[in-house]
Amino acid sequence: MYAIEVENLVRKFGDFTAVNDLTFRIKKGEVFGLLGPNGAGKTTTISMLSTMLPSTSGKAFVNGFDISKDQDNVRKSIGIVFQDQSLDEELTAYENMDFHGRLYRIPKSTRQKKIAHLLKLVELYDKKDNQVKTYSGGMRRRLEIARGLLHEPQILFLDEPTLGLDPQTRNHLWDYIEKLNKEKGITIILTTHYMEEADKLCHRIAIIDKGKIIAMDSSENLKNDIGGDVITIDSSQRDVFYSALKTLPEIKSVELHDSLITISIQNAEQHVARIVNIASENNIGIKSLSIHKPTLEDVFLHFTGRTIREEEASAKDKMRMMRKVRRR
Amino acid sequence: MDIVYTIWLRSVKRYLRSKSRLVGSLGMPLFLFAVLGFGLNSVVVMPGMEQGYIGFIMPGIISMSVLFTSVFAGIQIIWDKQFGFLKETLVAPVSRVEIMFGQTVGGATTAVIQGLIILVLSLFMGLQINNIPGFVIAIIFMTLIGLSFTAFGIAIASRMEDMHGFQLIMNFVIFPIFGLSGALFPIDSLPVWIRSLTLLDPLTYGVEGIRYGLLGTSQVDPVVSLGVLSGFTILMIIIGSHLFRKISI
Repeated sequence: MYAIEVENLVRKFGDFTAVNDLTFRIKKGEVFGLLGPNGAGKTTTISMLSTMLPSTSGKAFVNGFDISKDQDNVRKSIGIVFQDQSLDEELTAYENMDFHGRLYRIPKSTRQKKIAHLLKLVELYDKKDNQVKTYSGGMRRRLEIARGLLHEPQILFLDEPTLGLDPQTRNHLWDYIEKLNKEKGITIILTTHYMEEADKLCHRIAIIDKGKIIAMDSSENLKNDIGGDVITIDSSQRDVFYSALKTLPEIKSVELHDSLITISIQNAEQHVARIVNIASENNIGIKSLSIHKPTLEDVFLHFTGRTIREEEASAKDKMRMMRKVRRR
Repeated sequence: MDIVYTIWLRSVKRYLRSKSRLVGSLGMPLFLFAVLGFGLNSVVVMPGMEQGYIGFIMPGIISMSVLFTSVFAGIQIIWDKQFGFLKETLVAPVSRVEIMFGQTVGGATTAVIQGLIILVLSLFMGLQINNIPGFVIAIIFMTLIGLSFTAFGIAIASRMEDMHGFQLIMNFVIFPIFGLSGALFPIDSLPVWIRSLTLLDPLTYGVEGIRYGLLGTSQVDPVVSLGVLSGFTILMIIIGSHLFRKISI
């Protein structure tokens, strides 16, 4: 049994296709990551799966319920923490929780017990009677997660859960999300554009770019796809260097990005000397050279040909366009 | 029903918590009351009105208070949209009609409280209430104005992206509704063409109904007022829920 099944899901805004033919399945109890730059279609996907936005075409089942036909049951099965804040700042933390509990028709006695329990869990119980407008960003996020869990959803959507949080709070939240998944067996779908986050938390990751899934696997397997280690070289004569390097048989692949040359190679340490020699033989200057184990960043680069930062810049224009279309 | 109550509870809590809004919204009616009431009381002669012009406009000022508060309460959905809270309600397994009802009843409640504050204040300024049934009638009409115009505000808010259009709505919709309603002048003495305009204004029937309740006299038959205003309320709730159902985030 799958927690989520998505088949050929499409969402268009006018001429712009935000989500383009997505197909994936998420097992129960899995932590699944949608990784991609801003504007890649992650939030649009979450919005459709949480019944907030109708799909243009395709099918999706959440907890076995059809998102277009059985919205009420879908809504009962899911908890969601939106990318943007969705708390009532005039109300206290307790009142925000209580409002949520009443909306999900949780009987009074259970409701009170659970609210107290969850607020203790996210360490906000002492401040439960303070208005949310006095809370910091991290506290708000924790409150939103606690709220999303109040009705005991089987599936929890976290849309950029740690966006804009300081590293300490972020780590704290990560531990907490892991705990939730292990102890309660909740299926978690999270979107992020932090490589680290996906790497640490997710059992499987779908890399999504321009509305399409371009790779989907465990973090380990995705990294292995690159083939060994990664050597990044910054050189002013990168084109000359590039053609020189291409002749080396050990090198699995050489790619050019911005002013950088990225080389995928097994056991990089043994080959660095060779590479540097080639540079000096051809009178090519090297500004810097680094060797590292592949990260998801490299995976993204490998599959899309762009770094995630290059993507962000062009995504902004796309977002603007999308807003215009939606306003019409 | 418990969902409607939940949404209602939130509206009322928020209203009671924002003291500045509560006090601030009393300013305009009291100001109008002082300037028009005391200023014109000695100049304007109202035939058949024991309590003079000041007594005449009292129901009008109360209606205004209810009108403004309720429209504002409805339009507040835009804030919820911008601050993201609306998502929290929309993603819950409840029907949008229930949410809309809760908002409407909540807005109407705050509007009636606001109207009652003006009513109590006006007792200190010399208004005399003759009988308790009349007082009840006035509250019924205040409630209907509150319900219909909160629903009206929700309908507008459902179609608006942000608060930029708010001034436009205030100046070209709400003020004309108030101005044409016969809150400040007797509609019987108007030229025929303006008179027919006032009779198209739903608030006229609210003002007349409250006037009948508080003063015992009115220029429109209270049964007609009740009928028209009830019809308008139902219509607004239908339109409001229809537009709210189509709201997208």
